[in-house]
Amino acid sequence: MRYVDEFRDPAKARALVQDIERLLRRIPASRRRPLQVMEVCGGHTHTIFRYGIQQMLPDDIEFVHGPGCPVCVLPMGRVDDCVALAERPEVIFATFGDAMRVPGSRKSLLKAKAEGADVRMVYSPLDALAMARKHPDREVIFFGLGFETTMPSTAMTLIQARAQGVRNFSLFCNHITIIPTIKAILDSPDLRLDGFLGPGHVSMVIGTRPYEFIARHYGRPIAIAGFEPLDILQSTWMVLKQMAEGRFEVENQYGRVVPTDGNARALGAIAEVFELREFFEWRGLGSIDHSGVRIRAEYAAFDAERRFGVPNVSIADPRSCQCGEVLKGVIKPHQCKVFGTACTPETPLGSLMVSSEGACAAYHSYGRRAVTEAVPA
Amino acid sequence: MSAQVRDSHINLSHGGGGRAMRSLIDEVFLGAFGKPHADAMQDSATLALADMVRHGDRLAFTTDSYVVDPLFFPGADIGALAVAGTVNDLAVSGARPMFLSCGMVLEEGLTLETLRRVTASMRRMAERAGVSIVTGDTKVVERGAADKLFINTSGIGVIPAGITISAAAARPGDAVILSGALGEHGVAILIARNQLALDADVESDCRPLHELVAAILRACPSTRCLRDATRGGIATVLNEFASSSGVGIRIRENALPMRETVRGACEILGLDPLYLANEGKLVAVVPGQDADRALAAMRADPAGADAAIIGEVTRDPNGMVVMQTAFGGERIVDMLVGEQLPRIC
Repeated sequence: MRYVDEFRDPAKARALVQDIERLLRRIPASRRRPLQVMEVCGGHTHTIFRYGIQQMLPDDIEFVHGPGCPVCVLPMGRVDDCVALAERPEVIFATFGDAMRVPGSRKSLLKAKAEGADVRMVYSPLDALAMARKHPDREVIFFGLGFETTMPSTAMTLIQARAQGVRNFSLFCNHITIIPTIKAILDSPDLRLDGFLGPGHVSMVIGTRPYEFIARHYGRPIAIAGFEPLDILQSTWMVLKQMAEGRFEVENQYGRVVPTDGNARALGAIAEVFELREFFEWRGLGSIDHSGVRIRAEYAAFDAERRFGVPNVSIADPRSCQCGEVLKGVIKPHQCKVFGTACTPETPLGSLMVSSEGACAAYHSYGRRAVTEAVPA
Repeated sequence: MSAQVRDSHINLSHGGGGRAMRSLIDEVFLGAFGKPHADAMQDSATLALADMVRHGDRLAFTTDSYVVDPLFFPGADIGALAVAGTVNDLAVSGARPMFLSCGMVLEEGLTLETLRRVTASMRRMAERAGVSIVTGDTKVVERGAADKLFINTSGIGVIPAGITISAAAARPGDAVILSGALGEHGVAILIARNQLALDADVESDCRPLHELVAAILRACPSTRCLRDATRGGIATVLNEFASSSGVGIRIRENALPMRETVRGACEILGLDPLYLANEGKLVAVVPGQDADRALAAMRADPAGADAAIIGEVTRDPNGMVVMQTAFGGERIVDMLVGEQLPRIC
């Protein structure tokens, strides 16, 4: 497959791994305890596990799987709100497939669907808008979630819905924004992280400048990374090179896609439709200031929260769940008290176990062997 | 033969046991499947034991229901699937497939034309697979109580003496062979559902595998495990072999035969081809020293032209499947939890 296989060349991978090993030797052993590099984005987590990248690297370096899987950081209360909306008889609840299995306090959307709620899987918010036009007698609610990656397409859909005068379409907005969350992680007292792989798709929209505080104020190197396995290796090499040379900068490994200033049109659409919330609740991380967006008053007619009212009850994470510590890199997924016992992909307690991009699910399905070797029975 | 079915659509009287049902059976079903036995309209088909005993010493008996949507898709349709699927379940038990039953649940309003297309397709596939459809049943349910047409087929086959195929028989040192390219049926169905606005030239690989199995067993009578990789894909089959046999299985991503169009579709949709359904592919585990002979026999059969040795059975890790990725890493290939849901980004 052209334009893809080039980024999966095993010979180039071997050469990069050797370069990484050479760089590691230039970093003092006292710092290699091991070195922790957080890949912020769930897409990166997926690539790391799918290609077995952790096992190709020396033990001195360890990936910490960050909060960049939008499905994983969705708090239970919001899932309950989804279920409440979906169970209204007039509603067709349109959602990305990934979000269907996330557990709420009573049930998931998948379970609500089995019990009779009209929940339908879509591939894009535009599919949901088309569904609204096709069913004028029903209320179609699109479950919008994700970072700046998916925000522009949701925003464009609302702009289109308004232009077309569609009255039976609305958005249940759960879009979140990554920068405040990275900052919250960097501020947390138990932080150990040494560097970051920055999210590629988010940066395609927001550009590279918003990450500068990571280098400047927190003294951590960051490389915006692409999603192919060679991208991951090369960005890791870039982060280590900064460490070896004592530099802290924002570097852009994904220059073929990510412009320094982001995408003005996408940012324009986001600004037209959304505004920052005071705070938003994250699973495992708690409430983080300015980390979510809501729909502006001008688009209130398309806001499911305003139109239908949702229970909006905040539900505490199960006490046995250690999703937060996993998200911050304090513990590895298999060190969680309930990993693989009370919490499995079949019956997820924490949402890190739900999505294939969730660190725990990825560990469970792709990394179990590494785990069984690492943990004495 | 009694009166022609004049209606253009199935209605409740076609399942009512009266004249309408009788003419439906006569014209549509017996017309397609033939009257192999003089007593075909009795309550049961009777099968002569003597015919069967000549082919082996045990019977294989299996059943499967087919509810695919859409009914027709590139490369096959529900009828072809209902025959080939059950034939393949018999074949991978080492059996020579012989007789099939056909139970149909029809939704009121189904067009007769659709039903005739399906039964004609079943007839063609049965001829290709060398089986007779000897008994059947039809029910008609009200509109909305079923989705157009459901088919159940059961099959009887005969297992030759000396052949023992079992998912629990794999031993360290055995070779794992896949009979052809991965994932074509799964991708063809996804595209035919037309939810993806994706256009790719992929056809279902639906085909009977009994001749391929016979060729494998001739070349390698000590074949350990055989299974057709339908729902859940080869990942599921390999996990079943590994856990039933208490062994590990190591496969190489580089060795997996796959068409570029299927790879491309998986890439775009974020699907893992190891879990995609196939309807004409099997996984064989044979003793290591017989691997080349079995592979040559498979490649000589049209159903196995692209067969490849994809890995081997190991002692560890017990019950697990590990894949060496083309990139040079290693990962576990686990059982799928629920359905494969497309990722959001």
